[in-house]
Amino acid sequence: MIVEAGAFALVLAFALAVLQTALAVGGRLRRSPVLAGGANGAALACAAAVLVAFAALVYAFATSDFSVANVAANSHTDKPMLYKVAAAWGSHEGSLLLWCLVLTGFGATLARARNLPFGLRTSAVAVQGLLGALFLAFAVFTSNPFARLDPAPFQGASLNPLLQDPALAFHPPFLYGGYVGFSVCFSLAVAALVEGRANAAFWPAWGRWVRPWALASWVLLTLGITLGAFWAYYELGWGGWWFWDPVENASFMPWLAGAALLHSSIVTERRGALAGWSTFLALLAFSFSMLGAFLVRSGVLTSVHAFAVDPERGMMLLAILGATAGAAFALFAWRAPQLKGGGLFAPVSREGGLVLNNLFLTAAAATVLLGTLYPLILEAATGAAISVGPPYFALTFVPLMAVAMVVLPAGPFLAWKRGDLRGVVQRLALVFGLALLLAVAGWFAFEPRKILSALGLGLGAWLILGALAETADRIRLFRASAGESLRRARGLPLAAWGMTLAHAGLGVFVLGAVVETGFRVEAAQPLAVGESLQAGQWTVTLRDVRIVEGPNYLAEQGRLTVAGPGGAREVTAERRFFPAGGQTTTEVGLDFRGLDDVYVVLGERGQTPAGAPGWSVRVWWNPWARLIFLGPAIMALGGVLSLLDRRLRLTGGARKARTA
Amino acid sequence: MSRLAALTRRAGRAFAALLCLVAASTAVAQEPPPAPDRPLADARQEARAQALFDDIRCVVCQHEAIADSPAGIAADMRQLVREQIAAGRSDAQIRDDLVRRYGDFVLFSPPVRAGTWLLWFGPFVVVLTVAAALLAFARRRRPETAPLSAEEEARLAEILADRRDPDAKPSDD
Repeated sequence: MIVEAGAFALVLAFALAVLQTALAVGGRLRRSPVLAGGANGAALACAAAVLVAFAALVYAFATSDFSVANVAANSHTDKPMLYKVAAAWGSHEGSLLLWCLVLTGFGATLARARNLPFGLRTSAVAVQGLLGALFLAFAVFTSNPFARLDPAPFQGASLNPLLQDPALAFHPPFLYGGYVGFSVCFSLAVAALVEGRANAAFWPAWGRWVRPWALASWVLLTLGITLGAFWAYYELGWGGWWFWDPVENASFMPWLAGAALLHSSIVTERRGALAGWSTFLALLAFSFSMLGAFLVRSGVLTSVHAFAVDPERGMMLLAILGATAGAAFALFAWRAPQLKGGGLFAPVSREGGLVLNNLFLTAAAATVLLGTLYPLILEAATGAAISVGPPYFALTFVPLMAVAMVVLPAGPFLAWKRGDLRGVVQRLALVFGLALLLAVAGWFAFEPRKILSALGLGLGAWLILGALAETADRIRLFRASAGESLRRARGLPLAAWGMTLAHAGLGVFVLGAVVETGFRVEAAQPLAVGESLQAGQWTVTLRDVRIVEGPNYLAEQGRLTVAGPGGAREVTAERRFFPAGGQTTTEVGLDFRGLDDVYVVLGERGQTPAGAPGWSVRVWWNPWARLIFLGPAIMALGGVLSLLDRRLRLTGGARKARTA
Repeated sequence: MSRLAALTRRAGRAFAALLCLVAASTAVAQEPPPAPDRPLADARQEARAQALFDDIRCVVCQHEAIADSPAGIAADMRQLVREQIAAGRSDAQIRDDLVRRYGDFVLFSPPVRAGTWLLWFGPFVVVLTVAAALLAFARRRRPETAPLSAEEEARLAEILADRRDPDAKPSDD
């Protein structure tokens, strides 16, 4: 009954999305507030209907209703409740429903936004409704999560055990919040192009309207990707956290485009400049999101993460992507030349710095796009199969970003319109010296000595210290009295703190990534009980191995002692066997040592060289690995602070009065 | 009664699971497990081998390097690479051998040839082209901001002198 209600609600939501589009288009054309109000109501009702459908699906999973094909294929009665619920978005159909939920939920919020002018809001609601209608139609007609099975099986096939993990249970909601949040930026961009405002006052306001959506989506995407990387790190048991896999890249492209949009929309908001460019990025970010959905679900690329691979559905997604992105970019090509340029600025200025940032971020996104799609294109064109992996990105993406990071700390010091480069150099000289000193210290502190890693360390320090120096400069730390500095610190807007945190967080990530990649130590050896192996300064001893029974698996659990500086500690590492699906997974034993991880994987049972029964044990010492996940978390926190800034909630009039 | 039923069900489930585990391990036992990795004795040679492992794709896996893959063929390929290093062959020779055997697909760093120029140089061409366009654009626009006249300069100095806090950046809020 509840499942039928869900299926009905899903079809209803599709109809409401169509209605929303029709009413909004009519309301815009006839300038009718009644019709537009109706569209807003339809947007709200549509989101509510999808929510009902989603709740019904979660209910079906929670009660293990195996008469629903999707539940039977992805759940099992023995699974813990968290994973029963999480399985609701663990399959193609369920995750598409989550996508629709976020899309319509953001659409409803957009429809309720108070400060938008009538024309822009109504057009944006129409576009958002159209996107909703397309994706809901896709769900209803090709991927209905409520399809029934007759007869119903007594037991489900269970969710892939790799996905039965807390980090991965929450990874999709965050990721989709980010992916689909960019749909509002997309709608606002299309609406702005349709409205075709040639007056210069429009674009600063548009920048301010689009920025909160871009920020919120980017924060969610940052958290989603980080959770995914963390999951890959400790669940897959391969010691790494990023492999430039096509699916990882698919989530990274909208992130880069979104980060570029965040920065360019500042220029549009403050100075009315780069209006066309910001609109382009807003279109690009969501187009990348849709491209990612296509890549992950169509099976055109081989990836360890690919799920629900189905070429036919892939073609549908490609059609949606082609129609929406194609139409939007065609509109852009038509309207962009008519956009009026905003305030002028010298090449050396805050605007110039942000343009440079955008140059590098979009080039980086283009690199990731090229590296992801090139094997596909080359194979289609010439039949030659190539692989594009980490070495390619190390030689293209990394240097591009490294150059961007070298100039990054200077940007916030530059004044708007015309910056004083000499002044910036003077103010950053001390920070530069310190960063250089730390690079030299890093050169001596880490074995083996690697020049690139030492430079990377200096770069991370340069980013962190540069960000802090900018705040210190603003509050006149050490140059004014402590009380005066404190007063200024209190007066700093949250957005300023947000920027400092985000830039410093990037530095923290760079430190972690550089040290972990450059100096990780790996050791593997078959161990009998009581034997030990050495990984750098750590001695790992296998204490015992026993069989334990989990809720829906049976595990070989090894207890190991990690001994080294700071004493000995016990970790457990498991190999879990899930009878429901016949799969085996590893549970990594992680010993957190300050910033470092000692990462222990229990492998298959075999024989030691001496002929005794033993287990192959793999140990990684991952120095500073904690910073890899801490850095993005700090960046996301910076984004949240920016989002809370009251400037983003001010009305247009008050803002204009201040800049005038 | 129900407790007893629960207990037997639980015991039954544990037994069934144990059977599965045994079945799984015997299935593995019939197909001999991949030979455990035997690192090369020379640390420098082993480091070279590890670096190569990161660049070589496990040909039956989905986007995994042989360094990380648990597949049997990955173990065989690691063994092969180590043997070749021990036999004194250079990294380039080992790569060439692998490419001859499996095609370009086997390396994660694609070859640089006519078909991949766009891939390798595209990013840098994009950056340089856009940077050049931006510079040209900035140069073209510069004349629009005419320098201040002497009179205007004087007025500007007057305004700046009047400001209470010369350090505050009004544009930064």
